[in-house]
Amino acid sequence: MALTQHDIDAEIAAKREAYYKGLAEGAPVEHHPRRDYAPYRSSALRHPKQPPINIDVSQDPELVELAAPAFGERDITKIDNDLTIQHPGKPIGERITVEGRLVDREGRPLRGQLIELWQANSAGRYAHKIEVHDAPLDPNFTGVGRTLTDGDGWYKFTTIQPGPYPWAQHTNAWRPAHIHFSVFGSAFTQRLVTQMYFPNDPLFPYDPILQSVTDDAARRRLIATYVHEKSVPEFSMGYQWDIVLDGPAATWMEEGR
Amino acid sequence: MTKIDTNNPESVLPTPSHTVGPWYGYALPFEGGGDIAPTGHPETVAVHGYVYDGNGAPVPDAFVEIWGADPDGALSTIDGSMRREPFSGGYLGRNGVEFTGWGRIETDANGHWAVRTLHPGARGESAPYLAVVIFSRGLLHHLYTRIYFEGDEGLSGDPVLRQVDAARRDTLIARRQADGTYRFDIRLQGEGETVFLEFT
Ligand SMILES: [Fe+3]
Repeated sequence: MALTQHDIDAEIAAKREAYYKGLAEGAPVEHHPRRDYAPYRSSALRHPKQPPINIDVSQDPELVELAAPAFGERDITKIDNDLTIQHPGKPIGERITVEGRLVDREGRPLRGQLIELWQANSAGRYAHKIEVHDAPLDPNFTGVGRTLTDGDGWYKFTTIQPGPYPWAQHTNAWRPAHIHFSVFGSAFTQRLVTQMYFPNDPLFPYDPILQSVTDDAARRRLIATYVHEKSVPEFSMGYQWDIVLDGPAATWMEEGR
Repeated sequence: MTKIDTNNPESVLPTPSHTVGPWYGYALPFEGGGDIAPTGHPETVAVHGYVYDGNGAPVPDAFVEIWGADPDGALSTIDGSMRREPFSGGYLGRNGVEFTGWGRIETDANGHWAVRTLHPGARGESAPYLAVVIFSRGLLHHLYTRIYFEGDEGLSGDPVLRQVDAARRDTLIARRQADGTYRFDIRLQGEGETVFLEFT
């Protein structure tokens, strides 16, 4: 029998309940999803069962993982942070600007770091030719961008509001509209790949990928804030989404490049 | 709320990880992503292997990022791993002479990946190693591991290898092949599961 949304909803609720029961009993807050999260079926065979080996980075300042690769002006072009001007014509959809600050756990700006993003078009279709969802491709939208953070850790992209899309894990499975982000910090241990969502999406409770972040406050940190002052008059809707990179305390002492 | 108040440290909490999903293929991998070694460099080392899931099936929708020191044990601060061409916006690739130390390689349809980089030098008390991070569809939070090299000096004294059960230590050591390349498979789960690392 095909897996239904109802089945997935019940699993999500059970995972959330177990997490909050643990919290009440003194378990630590979990800022990241567990790799073993059954409501997202693809995780079943792709999470380790052995506990990781712990490395205390304060014991060895020479660790390769305490540094990070450098990216610079050679790695980006001027149009990489404006996804609406990468083709001869204008893409279809609602124009948006997404900006925010990249900081470490101490709230200090991470300067000159690479942020990459990718997303579906306004119809909910990725630019892949072999994509299963048959919503229209937009010849004027690829949906890929990159930029470097500025001297205060700010980044900014101009793009198109992505559409939600079905993904066939279960019957009537829809991903809420989202933008994928890939972020580098000043240490290899700060690496982050994640997804940004838009406020008030009715699909949030049904999506096991978003709900894999079982802590309610942590999950809210994946949702951008609409900021009217950041909307560009006669041009775009403005969103702010600040990003905080995790990592061991010793890496917080490192100054951003 | 995702406007972080950096004056209030209590509110500065990590942005959660999410899976990279299945549709990164046109966005993240880039031309020459695994060609980290400068062209013709005598200390070039080729490392390759497969990524396997808990059933032992190859994973065709994963990628690894490799970060390592140069042969003297120094960490590069040179940019240009993914140089771009300013007129068309396409990839130029590395310039073939500078060593950035970093690369990104996706698995192919057989779950196979390969990198050409420089054999790293040792740092501190560690034996030489390449730092590795793995992403894939289905993986909600990336995984860290290391590639050590069979036959290198210092393996027996390496502080991390010493922490690992003898029975699992081999999962961190690339094996030298008859053709001179090194083989390093990554098993995400189950029998022969790779040792993954956590940094605190
Ligand atoms: Fe997506």
